Amino acid sequence: MNIVVCVKYVPDATGDRKFESDNTVDREGVDGLLSELDEYAVEQSLQLKEKLGSDGGDSEVTVLTIGPAGAVDAIRKALQMGADKGVHVQDDAIAGSDAFATSLVLAEAVKKLPHDLVVCGMASTDGGMGVVPAMLSERLGLPGATLGSSIELDGQTLKIRRDGDTATVTVEATLPAVLSVTDQSGEARYPSFKGIMAAKKKPVETWSLADLGVDAGQVGLEASYTAVEETQARPPRTAGEIVKDEDGSGAKALVDFLVSKKFV
Amino acid sequence: MSTTTRKLPPFEPLDPAGIDDLLTADEKAVRSSVRQLCADKVDPYVADWFERGQLDDPRGLAKELGSLGLLGMHLEGYGCAGMSATEYGVACLELEASDSGIRSLVSVQGSLAMFAIWRWGSEEQKQEWLPRMAAGEAIGCFGLTEPDIGSDPGSMRTRARKDGSDWVLEGRKMWITNGTIADVAVVWAQTDEGVRGFVVPTDTPGFSAPEIKHKQSLRASVTSELVLDGVRLPESAAFPEVRGLKGPLSCLNEARYGIVWGAMGAARSSLAAALSYAGERIQFGKPISAFQMTQQKLVDMNLEYTKGVLLALHLGRRKDAGTLRPEQVSLGKLNNVREAIEICRTARTILGANGISLEYPVIRHANNLESVLTYEGTVEMHTLVLGQAMTGQNAFR
Ligand SMILES: Cc1cc2nc3c(=O)[nH]c(=O)nc-3n(C[C@H](O)[C@H](O)[C@H](O)COP(=O)(O)OP(=O)(O)OC[C@H]3O[C@@H](n4cnc5c(N)ncnc54)[C@H](O)[C@@H]3O)c2cc1C
Repeated sequence: MNIVVCVKYVPDATGDRKFESDNTVDREGVDGLLSELDEYAVEQSLQLKEKLGSDGGDSEVTVLTIGPAGAVDAIRKALQMGADKGVHVQDDAIAGSDAFATSLVLAEAVKKLPHDLVVCGMASTDGGMGVVPAMLSERLGLPGATLGSSIELDGQTLKIRRDGDTATVTVEATLPAVLSVTDQSGEARYPSFKGIMAAKKKPVETWSLADLGVDAGQVGLEASYTAVEETQARPPRTAGEIVKDEDGSGAKALVDFLVSKKFV
Repeated sequence: MSTTTRKLPPFEPLDPAGIDDLLTADEKAVRSSVRQLCADKVDPYVADWFERGQLDDPRGLAKELGSLGLLGMHLEGYGCAGMSATEYGVACLELEASDSGIRSLVSVQGSLAMFAIWRWGSEEQKQEWLPRMAAGEAIGCFGLTEPDIGSDPGSMRTRARKDGSDWVLEGRKMWITNGTIADVAVVWAQTDEGVRGFVVPTDTPGFSAPEIKHKQSLRASVTSELVLDGVRLPESAAFPEVRGLKGPLSCLNEARYGIVWGAMGAARSSLAAALSYAGERIQFGKPISAFQMTQQKLVDMNLEYTKGVLLALHLGRRKDAGTLRPEQVSLGKLNNVREAIEICRTARTILGANGISLEYPVIRHANNLESVLTYEGTVEMHTLVLGQAMTGQNAFR
C-alpha cells in the first residue's frame, strides 16, 4: 500500500512573527519546522503502515511538501519519524500561493506518485484555513474523509470517526482516498536516534513546477483567489476577571460571563 | 571587507552568542527528541522523586531511555545507535537540564558499564549484555570506588583470586550509581597481574547491593554499596586483555566527557528559572530584573554558560575527530562543573526564599552538582592533572 502524507513547513510559532510588505510571512531569520498538526498525519500514516505489517504487501510512506529550500527540514523530520522517502516541490513561482493554488500543485504531485491513501493534517498552524484536504480530494476526484479523530483501515475500506460539536459521525470511504486527521488522533512519536540515523540515507527528490506540468501563471500570489489585506498583532493579554463569591452571587456571575461569551 | 544588510536574526536570551548555528540539523534533532522525552517522562515527576529520594520506576524509565536510543548511543553495533560524540554531548546537556540524576543513570549505563564491556569485553560478553543494555532491559553499574579508596583507585582493596579455573571476588565498593537496580556490575579488582575488570551478574551468590540513604544530592538517582562476599565467577567473566588502571580510566574519560556537556544543562535550567523569576518578581515597585545588581548576576551567569557550552562543543568536535586528549576532558570537566554550580548558586540568590524550595528546579540542580563536582574525578584531581600537564611535575603524592 502506498501512502502519501502531505506536510507543511511553517515558521516556529514560538518565535516573533513578521510580515513582508506584500503581507506574506517573512521567513528570514525565523526558524521553520514541520507543522505540529501535520505530525499527527505522519503518525497515522506510520501507524497504518505498521498495522499492515508485511501482510499488506510492502507499504511505503512518502512525505510530500511544497515550500522554500528550508522546507526539506519538514521532510527530514517526517523521515526521522519513520517515513520512507520524500518529495519536495520547490519553485520560486509558488511563493504566496493560497489554498486553491497549493491544492493544485499538491494534486499534480500526488498524481505522479503511486497512492492508495493521501493523508493530511487538519489545518496548518500558520495559515490555518483547513481547506486543502477537501480541495485536494476534489482535484484528485477521490473520496475525502476529513477531520478523523480515529482511523481504521479494513481492506480497501477506510473508516474514520469525526467528532462534531453536537454529534459524532462515522465516515467510510473506499480507497484510494484522501484523509485528514485531527490532533485527537493520537500523540505523534518523536524521532528515535535510530530513526535520525536511518533518515540520512532516505531519498528526497526535488520537483519543480515544470516537472509537474503546472504553468507558473496558475500559482503564486498573483493567481491566488484570496489575499491578505492587512495583518495586526494580537492585542496583549489582559488580566482576567476574578469573581469573588462573598454573598452567594458568584455562581450567577460565572453563568452570566459564560452566556456573554456564548460558551453556553 | 564587505558589510551586508541582511536582516539580523532575533536575540535569544538563552543563546546570546548564537551558538545554535554551530549545531548540525541532526544534532538539533537529537536535542529535540531528548527534550521531548524529558518533558513527557521526567520533568513532571523529578522534583517529587528528588523529594522522596526515590524514582517511581527506574526500570520503566530505563526502557524509555533505551527505546529512544540514549543508552550507549555513541557506541557502534550491538543494538547501539552509533551516534557522534557531539550528539551524545547534546543529549547529556538536555538530560541534565532535567536532572543530574537522570543524566547519571544514562552516563553510568552507557559510558561506564556498556563502554567497559564494548571496549574491553570478550565477544561473548558483548553479545550477552550490550543489546539488552542498549534497550534498557538490563541495567548496569560500574564499581571502582571503595569505602576507603576514592581518588587513588590504584590502592583498591577488593581482590579477585584464582581458584582452579574460577575467580573469587572479595571486597566492597561504595557510592555506586545504579547498584541496587543493576542486572550486571562491572567490578574492578586487584589480581596478581594488576587491576582487572569483571562482568558480574548481580544474581551471583555472594553479591548484594544495599542502597545508600541520607543523600542530600542526586536524590533522583540510585546510589549503592556493592558487597562482594566470596563471589565465584567463571574465567570467562573477566575482561580478557586489559590490565591495570588503564581499563577503568578509559571508561571514566568517556563519562567525564558527557559531564562537560551535562553540567551546562543544569546551569541552563537554573539560569532560565532565574531569568523568568526576575522578570516577574516585583520589589520596590519594579521587577527585580530591572535592578542593576540582578542584571549583573544574570549577565555573568550567561557569560559563563555561553563559554561552557562553546568549550563543550569544541571538545565534542575534537572527540569526533579523534584528537581529544584526556587532559582536555579534565579541563572541560573542571571548568564546566565549577561554573555550573556557581551559576546555580547565583540563580538561587535571585529566587530569594523560593530559591531553596523544590517548587523551583534551582536548589535541586545546585545540590545535584555537589555530587557531580566530586564524582568522575574531583576538582582537585583534575587540577593536578592539568598542573602536571603544564609543569611536568607530579603533585599527586
Ligand atoms: C552520588 C555519587 C555517585 C557515584 N557513583 C559512582 C559510581 O557509579 N562508580 C564509582 O566507582 N564511584 C562512584 N562515585 C564515587 C566518586 O567517584 C568518588 O566519590 C570520587 O572519586 C572521590 O572519592 P572519595 O569520595 O573517596 O574522596 P577522596 O578521594 O577521599 O577525596 C577527599 C578529598 O580529598 C581530596 N584529595 C584526595 N587526594 C588528594 C591529593 N593528592 N591532592 C589534593 N587533594 C586530594 C579530594 O580531591 C577530595 O576533595 C560516586 C559518588 C557520588 C557522590
